[in-house]
Amino acid sequence: MSTDLLIAVVITVIGASTPILIAALGELVVEKAGVLNLGVEGMMLIGAVTGFIVMFTTGNPWLAVFAAAVAGLLSSMIFAFLTLSLSANQVATGLALTIFGTGFSALAGQEYSARPVGIFRSVFPAELAGHPVWRLVFGHSPLVYFSLIMVFVVWWFLKRTRPGLILRAVGENDLSAHSIGYSVISIRYAAVAFGGAMAGIAGAAFPLLLTPQWAERMTAGRGWIAVALVVFASWRPFRLLAGAYLFGLVMTVELYSKAGGGPLSAVPAELWAAMPYIATVVVLVLISLRRAGSTSAPACLGKPFLATN
Amino acid sequence: MDANLPFRLQLSGITKQFPGVLANDRVTFSVRPGDIHALLGENGAGKSTLVKMIYGIMAPDAGEIAFDGERVEIANPKQARKLGIGMVFQHFSLFEALTVLENIALGMDASIRSRDLEARIREVMIAYGLNLDPRRIVATLSVGERQRIEIVRALLLNPKLLIMDEPTSVLTPQEVEALFKTLRQVAAQGCSILYISHKLHEIKALCDTATILRGGKVVATCDPKQETSRSMAERMIGASLKDIKKDPNRTFGEPKLIVSGLSTKAEDEFGIAVEDVGFSVRAGEIFGIAGVAGNGQNALLDALSGEVLGENSQAITLEGHPLGLLDTTGRRKLGLCAVPEERNGHAAVGDFTLADNSVLTARDRLKMVVGGLIDSGAARTYTGRVIAEFAVKALGPLSMASSLSGGNLQKFIMGREILQRPSVLVVCQPTWGVDAGAAAAIHQALVDLAAAGSAIVVISQDLDELLTLCDTLAVINEGRLSRTLEVGEASIEELGLLMGGVHGTPEQVSIEAGGGVAVQA
Repeated sequence: MSTDLLIAVVITVIGASTPILIAALGELVVEKAGVLNLGVEGMMLIGAVTGFIVMFTTGNPWLAVFAAAVAGLLSSMIFAFLTLSLSANQVATGLALTIFGTGFSALAGQEYSARPVGIFRSVFPAELAGHPVWRLVFGHSPLVYFSLIMVFVVWWFLKRTRPGLILRAVGENDLSAHSIGYSVISIRYAAVAFGGAMAGIAGAAFPLLLTPQWAERMTAGRGWIAVALVVFASWRPFRLLAGAYLFGLVMTVELYSKAGGGPLSAVPAELWAAMPYIATVVVLVLISLRRAGSTSAPACLGKPFLATN
Repeated sequence: MDANLPFRLQLSGITKQFPGVLANDRVTFSVRPGDIHALLGENGAGKSTLVKMIYGIMAPDAGEIAFDGERVEIANPKQARKLGIGMVFQHFSLFEALTVLENIALGMDASIRSRDLEARIREVMIAYGLNLDPRRIVATLSVGERQRIEIVRALLLNPKLLIMDEPTSVLTPQEVEALFKTLRQVAAQGCSILYISHKLHEIKALCDTATILRGGKVVATCDPKQETSRSMAERMIGASLKDIKKDPNRTFGEPKLIVSGLSTKAEDEFGIAVEDVGFSVRAGEIFGIAGVAGNGQNALLDALSGEVLGENSQAITLEGHPLGLLDTTGRRKLGLCAVPEERNGHAAVGDFTLADNSVLTARDRLKMVVGGLIDSGAARTYTGRVIAEFAVKALGPLSMASSLSGGNLQKFIMGREILQRPSVLVVCQPTWGVDAGAAAAIHQALVDLAAAGSAIVVISQDLDELLTLCDTLAVINEGRLSRTLEVGEASIEELGLLMGGVHGTPEQVSIEAGGGVAVQA
């Protein structure tokens, strides 16, 4: 394989991994606070359609990403209100949010399908961004740099800051956190809002980074992969990075296998297409097989919090 | 102490109404600076509600709180801490997956660099002789060590008032000694302590003043050193205590439960396995197993109840039937019932009704399941009987188990097993966190069950309880059981030595003999 092709593959892998990574980072923070939001896929679709429409009408990718984040955040607030304020079941509400997001985005994007928009390109000068080798470092969309910075930021926030400690405490033992005097519900609202904004940005990465157009259900289940990835990574940001790139690699292999030729075509393309999802299932099974108690899941994950007074 | 100083804490007319219960009714009392003040009362007397209001977790409906002579409104725990009120909870508000340091940091209102905090923690630990590694993950610590975290957390704030909610209910005698030493030192430096407990001999040993609550009202304030445990217990329950009635001429039948060479594997690297345990219990006999917490009591209970199976069917026999390879259901059918230590989630399911909880353990023995279907009428009738005979404070068989207070749930669980008339009953910590009146009732029920011909095994860390209740006893240490002693021949010193093992030096084992017996009686 020539260097040129290798660089192209790496860039494709990074691109394919980025939306999963961004969404998963958001979900990681949400789950660390003890909330299980299965609406990631739906929030991503809402972010995707919002990002696309803003990009299409204004041509400003920064504005598009911002709008997508706001849209994702607003949709997550529906979830937060139902599960945190009204103590609705988190799993059911999350699924409902995904269904809602799928339908809403399809409706909102109806008039826009198959219309092209511009790509959110690297902001570095063309000599660097287009350089045959240096593009490996400088040739990415700002979203890629954003995702990598966020890996560090999320790690630092959770591990090194006091608000991060409080957030983990809320996910670990909500009653104790409450009795010490922390507002469990508002901390969880904030976490869910962050997760929603991140899912919105992740959704916007589809039209702005991967395929510059709007298509119904264009996130194609990546939101679910993001949810699985959080478990796969044992709620650790750097493992999440590794996991996301691994999934990105598998998805890229699928792309190249469709292009035909080479040893990849020995396996049917459909199998390659199914690979990320099979990998998700395998990973989840492997993790469940580990001895009980050794998982690092937040102890209050998915449990509604009811203050006793 | 200077009598002219204003009271550290003064409560007047504190009232709190919950739906259906008046939890606190015009509670009035005061605590002097440097005083160790006991708050005594049965389960449900309103002690916890009262301290929650002092700590700002709840707001009173009426009444005033004055702190250092000034009237205060304590809206939340943060404000309480700002005033100088620290609290150590009965159920530790700790985060298992976090380190000691992180746990303590969470209890601090100001953000402190972790290095500085660690230095301050070490200072406090040296000052009060507390031993703890700030970097350990809480999940790996013993109960006593966990409590130390809470105490250090409270002491770091230089409190003027420290509230301790039943701090000794999970501690070993040695740990209790160490705790009292710390508390006396804290009080000597001018910090008042509000000490909630119903272990009366401890209150006599530690406290300067006691306020007794019953049904949400203050019924007495006294000097515990001038009172007997019995007189305080009687004021607490508002009736005279009944002594356990044991037939002095009781005789024992043939051995019913014979355990020999019972061994299990440790559950994980921190767990303790049961090794080559052997004992036998005759019909009509109550056999006690003493020991310091964490020496394999839970593993032994699991092995006896059938939750963890051994390798040899003959290791446990009941009237000659080998039980070693039968599960809990099989053992229950043959007449061996067991009550584990943990009430919530192990002995009872919180989100189930009491009737459903009855079905879980009594279904076979009392035929509550007919053709695979639950006979809910039978379950309800039986549960009603348990509630009535054991004076469980519950609305009825359809109340949720989680709606009961700890002591009431324990009464229900004990009643549920005892009324099944098992031929062997194995219980772990039967009166843990249960007040004197209820404990006496549970003890009497166990004695009566034995008198009716059952063999009973009581695993407990409370030596007083075992000495009052049992006919014979043995000590478990590091998963091994000592020889069996007659209760008459067992001296506290010898038991202390057996319990100590590698866990404590003999000097540390000093138990107030007889002090608590009057309460338990």
